[in-house]
Amino acid sequence: MIGGLFIYNHKGEVLISRVYRDDIGRNAVDAFRVNVIHARQQVRSPVTNIARTSFFHVKRSNIWLAAVTKQNVNAAMVFEFLYKMCDVMTAYFGKISEENIKNNFVLIYELLDEILDFGYPQNSETGALKTFITQQGIKGQCQTKEEQSQITSQVTGQIGWRREGIKYRRNELFLDVLESVNLLMSPQGQVLSAHVSGRVVMKSYLSGMPECKFGMNDKIVIDKQGKGGASDDAGKSDLGGGSGKQSIAIDDCTFHQCVRLSKFDSERSISFIPPDGEYELMRYRTTKDIILPFRVIPLVREVGRTKLEVKVVIKSNFKPSLLAQKIEVRIPTPLNTSGVQVICMKGKAKYKASENAIVWKIKRMAGMKESQISAEIELLPTNDKKKWARPPISMNFEVPFAPSGLKVRYLKVFESKLNYSDHDVIKWVRYIGRSGIYETRC
Amino acid sequence: MTDSKYFTTTKKGEIFELKAELNSDKKEKKKEAVKKVIASMTVGKDVSALFPDVVNCMQTDNLELKKLVYLYLMNYAKSQPDMAIMAVNTFVKDCEDPNPLIRALAVRTMGCIRVDKITEYLCEPLRKCLKDEDPYVRKTAAVCVAKLHDINAQLVEDQGFLDTLKDLISDSNPMVVANAVAALSEIAESHPNSNLLDLNPQTINKLLTALNECTEWGQIFILDCLANYTPRDDRESQSICERVTPRLSHANSAVVLSAVKVLMKFMEMLPKDLDYYGTLLKKLAPPLVTLLSAEPELQYVALRNINLIVQRRPEILKHEMKVFFVKYNDPIYVKLEKLDIMIRLASQANIAQVLAELKEYATEVDVDFVRKAVRAIGRCAIKVEQSAERCVSTLLDLIQTKVNYVVQEAIVVIKDIFRKYPNKYESVIATLCENLDSLDEPEARAAMIWIVGEYAERIDNADELLESFLEGFHDESTQVQLQLLTAIVKLFLKKPTETQELVQQVLSLATQDSDNPDLRDRGYIYWRLLSTDPVAAKEVVLAEKPLISEETDLIEPTLLEELICHIGTLASVYHKPPSAFVEGSRGVQHKRLPGSAGSGESVESPDTGSAAGVPDAPPAVIPSQGDLLGDLLNLDLTPPATSGPPPPATSGLQLGAMDLLGGGLDSLMGAGFGAPPAATAAPFSAPVSGGLDDLFDLGGGVGMPMGAYSPPKTVWLPAMKGKGLEISGTFARRGGVIQMEMTLTNKAMSVMTDFAIQFNRNSFGLAPAGPLQVLTPLSPNQSIEVSLPLSTVGPVMKMDPLNNLQVKPTL
Repeated sequence: MIGGLFIYNHKGEVLISRVYRDDIGRNAVDAFRVNVIHARQQVRSPVTNIARTSFFHVKRSNIWLAAVTKQNVNAAMVFEFLYKMCDVMTAYFGKISEENIKNNFVLIYELLDEILDFGYPQNSETGALKTFITQQGIKGQCQTKEEQSQITSQVTGQIGWRREGIKYRRNELFLDVLESVNLLMSPQGQVLSAHVSGRVVMKSYLSGMPECKFGMNDKIVIDKQGKGGASDDAGKSDLGGGSGKQSIAIDDCTFHQCVRLSKFDSERSISFIPPDGEYELMRYRTTKDIILPFRVIPLVREVGRTKLEVKVVIKSNFKPSLLAQKIEVRIPTPLNTSGVQVICMKGKAKYKASENAIVWKIKRMAGMKESQISAEIELLPTNDKKKWARPPISMNFEVPFAPSGLKVRYLKVFESKLNYSDHDVIKWVRYIGRSGIYETRC
Repeated sequence: MTDSKYFTTTKKGEIFELKAELNSDKKEKKKEAVKKVIASMTVGKDVSALFPDVVNCMQTDNLELKKLVYLYLMNYAKSQPDMAIMAVNTFVKDCEDPNPLIRALAVRTMGCIRVDKITEYLCEPLRKCLKDEDPYVRKTAAVCVAKLHDINAQLVEDQGFLDTLKDLISDSNPMVVANAVAALSEIAESHPNSNLLDLNPQTINKLLTALNECTEWGQIFILDCLANYTPRDDRESQSICERVTPRLSHANSAVVLSAVKVLMKFMEMLPKDLDYYGTLLKKLAPPLVTLLSAEPELQYVALRNINLIVQRRPEILKHEMKVFFVKYNDPIYVKLEKLDIMIRLASQANIAQVLAELKEYATEVDVDFVRKAVRAIGRCAIKVEQSAERCVSTLLDLIQTKVNYVVQEAIVVIKDIFRKYPNKYESVIATLCENLDSLDEPEARAAMIWIVGEYAERIDNADELLESFLEGFHDESTQVQLQLLTAIVKLFLKKPTETQELVQQVLSLATQDSDNPDLRDRGYIYWRLLSTDPVAAKEVVLAEKPLISEETDLIEPTLLEELICHIGTLASVYHKPPSAFVEGSRGVQHKRLPGSAGSGESVESPDTGSAAGVPDAPPAVIPSQGDLLGDLLNLDLTPPATSGPPPPATSGLQLGAMDLLGGGLDSLMGAGFGAPPAATAAPFSAPVSGGLDDLFDLGGGVGMPMGAYSPPKTVWLPAMKGKGLEISGTFARRGGVIQMEMTLTNKAMSVMTDFAIQFNRNSFGLAPAGPLQVLTPLSPNQSIEVSLPLSTVGPVMKMDPLNNLQVKPTL
């Protein structure tokens, strides 16, 4: 199991050091600093073995988090734990920075004591932790016996992510379908790979212990329901927006621990008692019938040894009534670029020498439109034999629909003990499609 | 409120000041002081002098202060054991506190204080806490048993804590169950033979129930524990798989990987024709692919594991090639791993896509990545025969880029392609020769020289080319020197008339002016060969070489099986068994996959055992593990293994000459024979079915009664590798005695005498029961039958792989 956990700043100074196991000596702290943080060559693996001691590290801005062990631990678990640790810290004090860590070191030690026992991760749900680990540190004494046992049963219980007795005057929930669409396209316009990785993020402000049931246009479910089933949900279908695809094939999905996985496995129904506040209900991945919101058509021509001509056309490919936002096209330029002239019809384009790229920004663009940029790039003559690698042209954007075609069909809420029903809950659904790695080779 | 100020105190006399503050009456001041102490401790300052003062602060109602003092105690108690005793009372008292959080805190902290005297006091409170009414205290106490066991194992056993811990597996609270499982698993690991976990269908059922209810971490503990269980039959195996599969949809990648581990292991027991087997295979692919959208560090862990899974069950991911395509922004460690898997998945169906990708990668910036991409193209050529031509032309395109390291790498792999498809692509040699001057890496130079030597008869100016290398002979690295020596000798044998001078030059450079014994000895051997019998020399030096195959990069099957049992763990990341990187007794047990489909009794794993475990073909020489590309590509450049110039077949050689073969001798001579799978490697007396034992039992009667079977002799040691001595042999049982029957054949030119045999320690405890009886000298081309009685009382050493006996004759 995890033998110890260290947090360093960018210089390699120790900010937090907690050792759980006797086999980890004090020199382990230094070993990591010397061999990884101060290593002359950039370390090329997140797992490093130094003198039979294994170090796992992740970096958040310029802070290093390292877990140490001498045993054959579950490596995936260690990394999941480190991420979780980051989440917990962020939930408590915001951004993970040297200053914040120093300001909260007592709290961090307290957390580390609670969520890792003898190197075994324990309950690390912030919702539960916040009930008894507080920055005031005085809550311990003024709790009543009932409160105490409620805390412990929540921390160890089946529903560790939600406490009892939550009350809202207005029961409300927000569903965000956030998708990132990834594309790798050849210069000729052939899709080399494309997939959507999506998340359904839920913000719930619901009283009591509500049972929820979530439904979407999952092909397997829709096909199973067959002819009659579709009309039942006709009333709810206005929740969705976007274009008119009936159902989508989901390659795979994973769920927050509140979802009853065995039920999903047998009936493919998604039922759960949600945590209070914001959390990620599910993640999914699709690869079939993806709506690619933009098409990039590059044209690069080398004119002699000292000049390049670049022309890039982008085409938007969705309903004309919808608007894409925050569009940014990044056209890489060779390292020996001396000057760039850009002409674009829409938006603003700039050559950024420090990033070796022309960055073209467009605030808004409707569907089924087209826009183009052309640039002349002057090159310094070099005797470098190595050819320019021609990195792909990448693109960023945001569109108000789900490129996978996913639609929320319903989210039903049942709370039998309290006197509110599904109809009283105010529900909001929003779809946002963003570019993930959206690249076209040139 | 900011706590960062505590990090900045660096004054002199600080300790005294702190001491005063710690003893202050004001609570706030005390707390401030303790915080400062903890901050100093974190930065690495020694604040152990404050021990009594800090411990004094322990008696407090303030939970935050208490936790800080406990933290200090955990760090320094060991250095001040006598003082630590002072704290015991407070701990014991806290274990009785009405607040369960405080009870748990006390028992948790006490377990972390590694002082013998304290552990005595720990027992009573721990016993109470294990039976506490509050689940939070019980789950903490469960882990505490593991802590105590780590300090004093005997104490834990004497106090009966293990039984209490076992009872907790039936606890009503899922988290208590999970922690108890974690603690028991850890304790069980240090007692490999104890039946501590005692997994039976009832406990398994309890675990599976808890699996649905506990935290993500608890699920991991339980799944990892389940993976150690061996189901009784295929039906039980299937029912467990059915209950584990829902975990594949968990958001936590570690849960998913541990579930994959359980499924991969239990799948071994399912009959392949079962519908469920196919369903299960299909279910495994999507979650594995999803792991690749996790954070990069997890992707790395996942990819290392997928690499194993693909080797064991290629069918799972065979259609998923595209997801392993490298993204421009992937960290380098992810890129390199993806490349490895792309090669493994490459097949005739997808090779066009793969090659297009690889070509793209070869123009990237990261040198290591580019090199590996180029090598990958070569590997594709070797793996998918139909694509070889395309690969070669891709490599030629890359050579045209003139990027130095790309060219060198391409030449190295083209050499391998020549070794797989001899006499097919020599038309490219001209292009290669154009780049002779740009080669500055030894490996590339050596590869080029090998090509020139091998195809000397088709290269008009081969002598000039080789001569140009000869000028700086002494500045070259050993592998280039060795290669140059061999190449020039080849050239001489092919074009003896015009290269006599050249060969003399290189022989004298190698034998007279070199300090390197390998080089010198190889030089002498060639020299003598050439001077005594040029025809034999030709036969030896220009002998047909064995073809290389893609198999060379696979992980050795027994190791692979063991690693599959360790999916998700560090072992699977390193691709090494835990014993290779974990100190002490832990992890010494080698895990194995369960037996194959249908019968729970059959111990043969599906792919290793031939029906009767007859010693048949010697197993291919597979490098035990390691870099996918490295081994194959190095084959030719170092003397050992199956390549390079075949060892000369002269007997009666001076001992010194054996240096030529260097460390490679052992592996060369070791003609392993396929024994039954390791699971049958129990002592012979044990009633094991199948395998070797069967073989020996069959011949149980006297002489060769009807039905008695002794497998035909197979060649254990070919003459080429045995300096002219060929040994073929088999095992049989005659008159109740195990016999090793061998035929020794002298295929060398001179007489052999003084045979002796020595048995290395082996898995079966086989040892000679009498001396080897070969009385007459063995003249050339004569054969002799020898029968050696064996006993099984020799020293037993577990070998890895278990079934690989090595026979090594010494001349």
